[in-house]
Amino acid sequence: MTSVPLPVLMPALPEILLAVGAMVLLMIGAFLGEKSTSTITGLAIALLVFVLGLLVVAPPYGTTFGGSFVLDSFARFIKILSVGGSAIAIAMSIGFARAEKFDRFELPILMVLATVGMGIIVSARDMIALYMGVELMSLALYVIAAFNRDNLRSTEAGLKYFVLGALSSGMLLYGASLIYGFTGHVGFAGIAASIKANGAGVGFVFGLVFVLAGLSFKISAVPFHMWTPDVYEGAPTPITAFFAAAPKVAAMGMFLRIVVDGFGPATAQWQQVVVFIAIASMTLGAFAGIGQKNIKRLMAYSSIANMGFALVGLAAGTAKGVEGVILFMTIYLAMTLGAFAVILSLRRKEGMVEDMSELAGLSRTHPAVAWSLAILLFSLIGIPPLAGFYGKFAVFGAAVEQKLWTLAILGIITSAIGAYYYLRLIKIMFFDQPVAAFEPMPMEQKVVLTGSVAFVLLFVVFGNPLIEASARAAKSLF
Amino acid sequence: MVGLEHYLTVAAALFVIGIFGIFLNRKNVIVILMSIELMLLAVNINLVAFSSYAGDLVGQVFTMFVLTVAAAEAAIGLAILVVFFRNRGTIEVEDVNVMKG
Repeated sequence: MTSVPLPVLMPALPEILLAVGAMVLLMIGAFLGEKSTSTITGLAIALLVFVLGLLVVAPPYGTTFGGSFVLDSFARFIKILSVGGSAIAIAMSIGFARAEKFDRFELPILMVLATVGMGIIVSARDMIALYMGVELMSLALYVIAAFNRDNLRSTEAGLKYFVLGALSSGMLLYGASLIYGFTGHVGFAGIAASIKANGAGVGFVFGLVFVLAGLSFKISAVPFHMWTPDVYEGAPTPITAFFAAAPKVAAMGMFLRIVVDGFGPATAQWQQVVVFIAIASMTLGAFAGIGQKNIKRLMAYSSIANMGFALVGLAAGTAKGVEGVILFMTIYLAMTLGAFAVILSLRRKEGMVEDMSELAGLSRTHPAVAWSLAILLFSLIGIPPLAGFYGKFAVFGAAVEQKLWTLAILGIITSAIGAYYYLRLIKIMFFDQPVAAFEPMPMEQKVVLTGSVAFVLLFVVFGNPLIEASARAAKSLF
Repeated sequence: MVGLEHYLTVAAALFVIGIFGIFLNRKNVIVILMSIELMLLAVNINLVAFSSYAGDLVGQVFTMFVLTVAAAEAAIGLAILVVFFRNRGTIEVEDVNVMKG
């Protein structure tokens, strides 16, 4: 009998640790019952921080599972962002879940499982691994959207997310099946080699469009954004914070890898699709955000617009553009988590408020929170020298370098239009008559908000290592 | 003689029926779950047809994964539907409208 050597699983070590850790936590929860919730939440954060440390200090670079899973410096960078984002989102959910009485132990476990999925999608180098990762992430996300199961809005958010998410997975798969049929490969390297040898035929382009449609759902880009405002509004706020941060970054990482790695030789074909999605997302995000009254819906449109800006960098199709996207997503993650720390703190004795008018006079009742949010909003607008400016500069700069003038100019125009709703929020906070004060901000939200504001303010001084790291990450893709 | 294109046509037809089932159906969320299932099965026909045509097993392996995930997806969809029904008391598509969007 011949012995088959075990594959070297080291490159998948972060995901294996997270998956096994999630199982262990599930066992603890199953045996100890509801009273173990705070222990499990703490352990889940510790697990994520441990994996984060592993990725930062000693990333086990390499390829495994027959080439379908890779840990390169691109995957490492995106994984650090998504694991960190998940850990922060879990930490921010503690107080809220307790106050709203849905603090069950499954929540942190599902978030860890979603993080495993995020790790797999950014490392996937074939369609099967990609699909499994997407589903692992999405199935966990559908459940946590409906996590507050006695609340109608939360369950409706979960149902809408599930139906549209399953539709997008179906389109992704249909595209994958066409690409498999017309190139004969499911691996990204094989697909790229086949396009290079035989050119991009009609069947392949058909599949490509379906795959990109499925992927743009996951990053909530137009025309597959319909779920975003409803899910953002309906899901419990800390879960919205989670949705807005880590899964977006990971899905963008997956988008970058598949178009660069798998469809690289067909750049002319996917570029058109990405340019269209980018323009549509930026425009819709800028205009539809104007009429919003609910601050979570506003954040949804803001995130749609931001995904459009990120795709401007990708549309350039160069290493410089990918570098810009990575940098943009890093800054987006920091700003979003900070903004949601503020939204989570909008709590009075009678419960959460989500209406923008409730922020009136925040500068007098809670000056520190108001100033912090103002800084984050200015950064989202893209005012120099705040971090948001550098993110936008990087993606628009890459587009201009490739002579995509229309795209860059439209980006700047929509960015200016979008500034309206951020500025209106600032006006409400600083110039309107104060309404009743909020409960004091819990410790963990203070820490996240301080960290986020410090990042946004100090990026101009200490941003260089981050720019270099994203350049290295982008280079490993090409 | 039944060739590759016949299988692809059947799969494309099923896929389109699935998509229309999601968008045109105004009655019942269960029908949406059935439509999703139909879409995934269309993909499976595609994969198996391509796999057998090219003499390459990867497509059939992919099909096995898709079947497994489809089962998990249906389970989660039904679970979410049950909690929604408990809160709303109906599963008509037109009643999934607490949030306008």
